[in-house]
Amino acid sequence: MNQDARHAQFMERIERGEKIEATDWMPDEYRKLLLKLIHMHGVSEIMGAFPEKEWVPKAPTLKRKLAIMAKVQDEMGHGQLLLRVAEDLAAPLGKGREELLDDLLAGRVKFHNVFHMESPTWADAGVIGWLVDGAAIINQAALLDTSYAPYARVLKRICAEESFHMQHGENIILTLARGTKGQRQMLQEAVDRWWESLLFFFGPVEVTPAAQRMIDYRIRIKTNEELRQQFLNKYVPRIRSLGLTIPDPHLRYDEKQKKWLYTQPDWEKFGEIVRYNRGPKSEERIGLRRFAHEEQRWVREAMVRAHKMQAV
Amino acid sequence: MTMEQAAQMGLESGYRQALTALLYQLADDELCLGHRDSEWLGLAPDIEGDVAFSSIAQDEVGHAVFYLERLHELGEKDPDSLAFFRGAEAWRNAVLLEQPNGDWARTILRHFLYDLFDDVRTEALLHSSYEPLAQGVAKIRREEHYHLLHLKPWLIRLARAGGDAQERMEQAVMEVWAQLGGLFSLGAEEEEMIHHGLIAWGREELYRRWEDRAKPVFAEAGLKWPGPPSVPEQDGRRGRHTDHLTELIRTMSEVAVGDPAARW
Repeated sequence: MNQDARHAQFMERIERGEKIEATDWMPDEYRKLLLKLIHMHGVSEIMGAFPEKEWVPKAPTLKRKLAIMAKVQDEMGHGQLLLRVAEDLAAPLGKGREELLDDLLAGRVKFHNVFHMESPTWADAGVIGWLVDGAAIINQAALLDTSYAPYARVLKRICAEESFHMQHGENIILTLARGTKGQRQMLQEAVDRWWESLLFFFGPVEVTPAAQRMIDYRIRIKTNEELRQQFLNKYVPRIRSLGLTIPDPHLRYDEKQKKWLYTQPDWEKFGEIVRYNRGPKSEERIGLRRFAHEEQRWVREAMVRAHKMQAV
Repeated sequence: MTMEQAAQMGLESGYRQALTALLYQLADDELCLGHRDSEWLGLAPDIEGDVAFSSIAQDEVGHAVFYLERLHELGEKDPDSLAFFRGAEAWRNAVLLEQPNGDWARTILRHFLYDLFDDVRTEALLHSSYEPLAQGVAKIRREEHYHLLHLKPWLIRLARAGGDAQERMEQAVMEVWAQLGGLFSLGAEEEEMIHHGLIAWGREELYRRWEDRAKPVFAEAGLKWPGPPSVPEQDGRRGRHTDHLTELIRTMSEVAVGDPAARW
């Protein structure tokens, strides 16, 4: 069978709603688009552990300490699941776990804008769980119907855990919102800090050529803007019901257009942050990952040696 | 159980004092180590190991909560107050456990040697005259069993891998040994603890049983047995600590002390 016929057959499978498995034939373009998406998703989970990790040693009660430890552990676990999926896709390209993580340190793979940002107070730890994970759930739930079966399977578990995270964050937030004046102020400042990043998180309004190809392959189904609108629908009323304000004087629901109108985030600024790792915390957090990946390489190498010695 | 209830239970003051001291040792050991373990979050040598180590950290903090709750039942302050608002001089953990983690070799070695000690210690508590302690410890031992299963092969493989891994492990043995002896201390209340049947054995027997199990692992790992550890300068069981504990408590309570009256 020639390439064109193979490709046509593959597209028929996609259009019938069939799921693709790792061992199935797939066009290079499909593989590369998937790999780019899942690689970025995986390293974002791992980088996403760091903003909250800063608060693990400082969580203010024992219950919170246990909860945030478990939460950050989940993020690492999601990273592991996603990297396993990415490893299978990357294997024919001669890449494995080490290389996928090398790419992060070398700036060859991006991670979500939100994880480049500062989380200077305990309220930020709450807002990350509540709103950042809330946004992530919307993104990830929309991918549950993806045409790539291994991705869909890990997303199912990830979404279930993320909804716990959202509740964990919400619980921190509710306690602060009902707390002292100082706590409420801390919370408002955190919401102010995260709002613009959250809007950017869903990506540009226009459908880029790469995004269109992903939609063609049914890797993803919804557009960025649809997802952003879903987020606003769900969270604007919740944020306001706590007596918090959203730092956008132009934010309103337009009944005629049946959608939220909002001030555009600074696309250029965040675009640079993500592309060149130029956010306020990018370098520091990549430094932490470098510590884990490069400075601990001796451990992984020792384990390989020990395994070989055992096999002899 | 309130303090009155504790008194009603007929816990005479000598018994209560020895029990309280023992519970603080258990709680503070677990909390210190669980806190240190959690510092590896996101930084462990591989992602699978990161996830596994975090489970261990959570177990340790969970055990600390169990012991702190028992203290509260005896009329001590609530667990959060004890964890976040207690000066270092009131902590009874062994000094070894408040030290920074060091590298992965030292982290693994310290944790394994401590968990082995804790296994011996909790065995000595299985028939404790204080029933809530005996019952809780039986459950805790089931979790700790898995820690040993995880840590022992880590220790052996690192030590046997040769090269820098072996050198680091040998270095870690020297460093850990300097403070290891403090684990076995039961503090000023040792005699009372045994007299009241709270714990089956004192420090010498705890050490003997620990050594019986640690030595074969060292042999398997190809590590030279350094001999019995000396008793460190500061006995944490008597409230004497290094500055590392002060720093640990300061970090841990940073948010909570921001507004001690607030709910968090």
